[in-house]
Formats: sequence, structure tokens, C-alpha cells
Amino acid sequence: MSELILDKPRSPRRPAARRGNGELYSWLFMRISGVALVVLVLGHLFIMNVLDGGVHRINFGFVAGRWASPFWQFWDLAMLWLAQIHGGNGLRTVINDYARKDATRFWLKVLLYASMVLIISLGTYVIFTFDPNITD
Amino acid sequence: MAGTTATERSGTSRGGGTLYRGDLGMWSWVAHRITGVLTFFFLFAHVLDTALVRVSPDAYDKVIETYKNPIVNLFEVGLVGAVLYHALNGIRVMLVDFWAKGPKYQRQMLWAILAVWVLVMIPGTYFMLVRTVSDMFGGH
Repeated sequence: MSELILDKPRSPRRPAARRGNGELYSWLFMRISGVALVVLVLGHLFIMNVLDGGVHRINFGFVAGRWASPFWQFWDLAMLWLAQIHGGNGLRTVINDYARKDATRFWLKVLLYASMVLIISLGTYVIFTFDPNITD
Repeated sequence: MAGTTATERSGTSRGGGTLYRGDLGMWSWVAHRITGVLTFFFLFAHVLDTALVRVSPDAYDKVIETYKNPIVNLFEVGLVGAVLYHALNGIRVMLVDFWAKGPKYQRQMLWAILAVWVLVMIPGTYFMLVRTVSDMFGGH
């Protein structure tokens, strides 16, 4: 009884079956950034929350000491950018899956992209302009 | 019902939706989503609070004090647990994708990462809470 649904010969090709390789690059980026983030984020959490008293030793002076080193500046900058793009891309997928109306999907993504631009810009600005003698 | 499958595949999927139903693998995927979304929202707040170092040392120290509150300290253990699961399961996902035998062992790998999670979280939780607990009961 079950019948195969096949296109008739010479029927026009369905449009929009291919929309470029964007989703492939997105998939690949999640894996490459994921490997880097495993090291960057777990390292960050270990230093900040577990090692040597954890969160209790963090204050302005502690941040000043770390950002005196270009190594940790670069670490935090890379972590900021990769985590925002990795997480933003993940939320983009979640919005695509659960938003039912096109308008809802559109505005949730506008909100998402705006928050990504805000957080990446602000974080980058703070890392590059940090002043340990801000009160002087 | 070959017809049903064909209709669904050519049907009305919008925006690249990727919902699927499975068993244990589905739950690992659900947990991956939840931990990922939670971490992304935390990151939003965390960059804002760290940005206070550009305002004044006092403003930054005040907001960091909230991280040292016992209740918030417990949430930090939850955050670390969520991120650790996301990282370990992410490695598992990559092994499923890129390792020839990954799909065959995906279930065993889930149990393996859960075992690693427990083994890391036991000492991790201890070191994250020990100072808070000793501050609450007795000396400084």
C-alpha cells in the first residue's frame, strides 16, 4: 500500500535546497572553538574558583596582577571572543529549533546578535584599556 | 510508510531545525543544550561585572563580594559542574563525529564522561567550598 513519492521526470528542481556552506562552517567552527574553549575555560575556572582559596582571593589587585601579563590578556581575549561566538552560534541553533513564528525568530536573533556585539566590544575594550592606577 | 518519511524530509522544515528523538543520546543532547544556554547567560552577566574594573577598584570589589556569598558560592559549584559536563560531552560529540568507532561506543563514552565528571567534581566541590564553610563556622 505504501507508495514512493518521486518527482515526475523533467519536473523543475525544488529551489532553495542548497543555501551555501554556511551551516557546514558553523558546524566545523563549533568543534574547533570547542577544543580551544575546553582548555581556556576549564583553565580559567580552575584558577579562579578552585586553586589557592578560589574566588575568595579575587579583587581589583588580583585582576591587575594578571592583566599585567600579555599572556593572560591574550588568554582572556581569546576566551571572550571564542565563547561569545561559540555560545551565540549555539543559541542561534536553539532559536531556529524552538521559535515558531518567523517574526519571533527574527527578533530573538536581533536580540542575540546585539548582545554578542555588546559583550564582545565591551570585553575587548576593557582588556585593552585596563588601567591598574585608575584611582591615581 | 516510506511515503511519510519522504514527505517529512521534503516538507516544511524552517530555519534549519534539528529536533530529533532518541534515548540516552537524546538526554545527553538535552543536557548539552541546557548547560550551554545557562553558561551563555552567565557569561553575559560576568563580562558586565568584570567591566567594572574600568569604573573603579571599589565598584569591582563590591560586586565581586557577591561571588563570595555562601549561596552564590553554591551556584558557582553548579556553574562549574554545568561547564564541565558541556566540555566533556563536547569531546564525546567530537569523538562520535571524527573517530571511526565513535558512533559504536557513544553510549560507553557517555558513562565514561559521567564518571570523569564525578571524579573531578568531588575534589573540585571541596576546594570551592572549603574556605566559605570555614569562614561560616569559626575562624577567619
